Amino acid sequence: MENKENRRAPVSQKPLVIEKPKDPSYIGGTISIEINEKKVTVPLGTTILEACKMNGISVPTLCHHEDLCVAGVCRVCVVEVEGMRTLQASCAYPITAPIKIKTSTPTVRKARRNIIDLMLSEHYGECYSCFRNGKCELQNLAKEYGVDNYNFGHVEAPRYEVDESSYSVIRDMSKCVLCKRCVRTCIDLQEVGVLEAVERGHNTRISTFLDKPLLDVICINCGQCINRCPTGALRANDPSDEIWAAIDDPKKHVVIQTAPSPRAAICEEFGMEAGHSLTKELNTALHRIGFDKVFDTNTTADLTIFEEGTELVLRLYKALVQKEPVALPQFTSCSPGWVKFLEHYYPEYIDNLSTAKSPQQMFGALIKTFYAEKAGIKPEDIVSVAVMPCSAKKFECNRPEMNDSGYKDVDYGLTTRELARMIKEAGINLPEMPKGDFDSPFGEASGAGLIFGATGGVMEAAIRSIYEFVTGNKTEDAFANANILPLRGFDGIKYVELPLGEKFGPVPDVIKHLVPNWDWLKGVTLKVAIAHGTANAKKIMDDIKAGGKFSECHFIEFMACPGGCLGGGGQPIPTTPEIRMKRAQAIYAEDESLEMRKSHDNPNVVRLYEEFLTDGPCGHISHKLLHTHYIKRGRYIA
Amino acid sequence: MEKKNRSGAVIFSPYVKGEAVKKVVSMKREDVLFDLRESKLKGRGGAGFPTATKWTLVAAAASTEKYIVCNADEGEPGTFKDRVLLLEYPELVFDGMVIAGYVIGAKLGIVYLRGEYEYMLKSLEDYLETMRKENLLGKDIAGKTGFDFDIIIRLGSGAYVCGEETALIESLEGNRGEARNRPPYPVNTGFMGKPTTVNNVETFAAVSHIVIKGGAWYCNHGTDKSTGSKLFSVSGDCEKPGVYELPWGTKISELLELVGAKNTKAVQVGGASGFCIPKTQFDRALGYEDAATGGSIMIFNESRNMLHVLKNFMEFFVEESCGQCTPCRIGNTKLLEGVEMIEKSEFTFGYINKLKELGKTMQVASKCGLGQSSPNSFISILENFKEEIFNSGGSHGK
Ligand SMILES: Cc1cc2nc3c(=O)[nH]c(=O)nc-3n(C[C@H](O)[C@H](O)[C@H](O)COP(=O)(O)O)c2cc1C
Ligand code: SF4
Ligand code: SF4
Ligand code: SF4
Ligand code: SF4
Ligand code: FES
Repeated sequence: MENKENRRAPVSQKPLVIEKPKDPSYIGGTISIEINEKKVTVPLGTTILEACKMNGISVPTLCHHEDLCVAGVCRVCVVEVEGMRTLQASCAYPITAPIKIKTSTPTVRKARRNIIDLMLSEHYGECYSCFRNGKCELQNLAKEYGVDNYNFGHVEAPRYEVDESSYSVIRDMSKCVLCKRCVRTCIDLQEVGVLEAVERGHNTRISTFLDKPLLDVICINCGQCINRCPTGALRANDPSDEIWAAIDDPKKHVVIQTAPSPRAAICEEFGMEAGHSLTKELNTALHRIGFDKVFDTNTTADLTIFEEGTELVLRLYKALVQKEPVALPQFTSCSPGWVKFLEHYYPEYIDNLSTAKSPQQMFGALIKTFYAEKAGIKPEDIVSVAVMPCSAKKFECNRPEMNDSGYKDVDYGLTTRELARMIKEAGINLPEMPKGDFDSPFGEASGAGLIFGATGGVMEAAIRSIYEFVTGNKTEDAFANANILPLRGFDGIKYVELPLGEKFGPVPDVIKHLVPNWDWLKGVTLKVAIAHGTANAKKIMDDIKAGGKFSECHFIEFMACPGGCLGGGGQPIPTTPEIRMKRAQAIYAEDESLEMRKSHDNPNVVRLYEEFLTDGPCGHISHKLLHTHYIKRGRYIA
Repeated sequence: MEKKNRSGAVIFSPYVKGEAVKKVVSMKREDVLFDLRESKLKGRGGAGFPTATKWTLVAAAASTEKYIVCNADEGEPGTFKDRVLLLEYPELVFDGMVIAGYVIGAKLGIVYLRGEYEYMLKSLEDYLETMRKENLLGKDIAGKTGFDFDIIIRLGSGAYVCGEETALIESLEGNRGEARNRPPYPVNTGFMGKPTTVNNVETFAAVSHIVIKGGAWYCNHGTDKSTGSKLFSVSGDCEKPGVYELPWGTKISELLELVGAKNTKAVQVGGASGFCIPKTQFDRALGYEDAATGGSIMIFNESRNMLHVLKNFMEFFVEESCGQCTPCRIGNTKLLEGVEMIEKSEFTFGYINKLKELGKTMQVASKCGLGQSSPNSFISILENFKEEIFNSGGSHGK
């Protein structure tokens, strides 16, 4: 899925250079080995770990992660290779010779136990008070290998202070086992690199630049490190106590909006396999927990398409007709991790970011204005919660500029994991809930809003509408079932050209006052690109800087997290390419099952423009409530 | 650079600057490798890997870019023979690197110099400059058209683990000094991902002599499996500490005699990561067959407390582990704690045995040579000196 070759990690941590043959059937493409005295054939360059997995033999791992390049540091995966003096880390050993492997000898078992025991001896934490209890890889290993005796003692006090500075990520390094997954995640998947091991020997620890609190380094709050940490050393900043307090306070009117990705993944927290949407069950559960209203963030995703799409049209009009300087390509702005990445690393491109707020923040602004008025509730009595797949959303709702309603637009960002905990705490088994609906006045939203959750989804939603707005034809005429397949899939970077053709329809009413007709788009080929994971974003940005093909694009979707929001830092742990694929399938399947598939068909949004945002997309009211500005942060922060 | 009055059968035998380079450029590469193979030279950095094999692998690796690295990190406690070679016999070392460049087809050699040796940097640079003037470095070396090679020096910054060849390469690349996963080995994925041979200072010095005098001559020295001679860095309780060139196969007792060691109780062979040999085994021979060493010989007489000796070693490892892998990072801490428990007579034999088992795990499961060898002292000292450690002064185990 990602191109692992270009990563910035040291060679030692790069995947092994031996390339696996694309077609292992050619001569010499495979190799015969023995695993536990059984003869098997594997492609050349397969690691011992993969070879074992292919053949149904399980080997314990801890530092290994499918998304990350190899580390080979925890050593629990060691196996015996005949003829070698030492045991070999199976995750890090590429097979290039006809070796004989034994995965469970007395030496191997002893070594694994000793190693797990060593990790426990330095691990300060109590499982019963740890958010990873029951989902912790260290705990699992200890259980599986019967390490239940603290053979080498146990630390009695935390070694490090917990860093709670960040809105998004809390670091409790006393629970860290130094697997370096977070380090590799941050530098390899995200190209941020705020984490690294410092000092040596016994004093080795994962730290930030100059040991600063996470809030004061250029962390983008994506939370990808949390998703890959095997222990409870990293966790999100959990607001559920405050939310419970608000629910329990009769004076407060507590509303919750739910993003598209949590509903496609929360089943995993309830022991189900990945890939089942529990949208309607979730609605019921949220009402039962005590939320006064449950809204669908897809509504404001649809709204985003209006605002961001109009913004794009205006930029293109400016560039093509008025010949005025304007920042193009336009970048999406709904991923707060990506926004902060750009603010730090490419502040000179701030004008390219769409000024449209993310769906979460648009909703926040509407809830404390439009909804408050309609429902006759004082905005100060409303507590607005957003359940998001994302840890950066916690930071986003705390950005000082996000108070256009006159109040803090969104009070709390809650992750999928945290919400699952709240549901369990309320004694609810989510999969067994009866189905329920979203509340009015926003009600149901479109499938276009739903697919915001997958990489390429924002682009697809936008194109579904732009295509119809401009050509006057149905999207279905060009793309079967309105599924724009070239925009889907998990390639790190996608690039698509869409010729707009020669035949145009009338300009739709909502934006008629902005552009007179579409004639100026004659012969134009819309060029769009999509990137997920900021490492991929960086590649596009560097290409744009160098004047490459992406600088010719009109619109680019960037998502900070691998896979898009469905792979967000607040989603259930673990995350693997396979799990993310299943979540994507759940999202696209739900989209196809809906009647309403396009943002501009959403009657609630159309009504919003009629009743409240009366001067239309990108008009004054919308600018005040639904648009924002960004900060040129740069790489050096005080 | 003053030459001390040293003599020895191989390394310290007469040699004229540049002579091996001038000879080698008229030889076929295969013939040089043949001589090396015949000499059975094994790497002098400690691991004892056959040099001819390593060079053949790098020579055969398909790449237009290859590197020669001279490991002058000399961080093993108790060794200082590389310092002597660099200060007094730079011609042997640098000529050896040029030969390697010729055989392997590399254009650049890098000396990774121990940070503490910064004081010799200037004189080494000056020496390289004279080689350039004499056409022993640079373009068309020694008149051989197309043979270009140069040497640069990089300073380490004081981490013992950076002597381990893959950590050294990481450090050269500007990363944290941490050992890499193997395979792939540096011979095909080394410095900057290119085929690289990393060799000890002394290995290069031996090569220069072998090119002049031949592999068969080299085999006349030492034993069958440990050919040639070895430089020993002798320190500790003796009258004449220093660097000695002795043929492999020399008995420990003979060496002790030579350096004027009296009342010797124990000899640590191979530095902190080596083994501690008690009096009863002084008839053992130094060599790959028996008591292998990268050259460090530490002598302890009857007045020494072996537990303190061990504690020193373990403190060294706790500090010097790169901290990357679990067995070494935490294991060494546990072994040191064990030593401290014994010191305070607060231990059980059951626990000490657990620690010995842990040591065995560290030997096989650690990622690099540091963790793999760090329990050696723990195991050998507790085994060979158990009388002294557990039965003296009433410090019995509980
Ligand atoms: C912890 C550690 C430290 C080492 N330090 C040195 C050193 O200072 N000098 C050295 O030549 N080799 C050292 N080595 C051995 C090198 O890894 C490598 O085997 C050697 O440089 C290869 O050269 P050779 O084949 O000529 O012996 C060390 C190995 C380990 C595991
Ligand atoms: S990180 Fe894992 S092992 Fe540690 S306290 Fe939490 S659940 Fe237990
Ligand atoms: S949240 Fe993202 S940017 Fe911040 S440390 Fe974790 S991976 Fe790095
Ligand atoms: S914080 Fe978590 S992911 Fe990072 S090294 Fe520690 S245990 Fe591993
Ligand atoms: S054995 Fe020690 S020095 Fe080597 S990689 Fe492991 S922690 Fe680092
Ligand atoms: S899983 Fe292989 S070393 Fe950690």
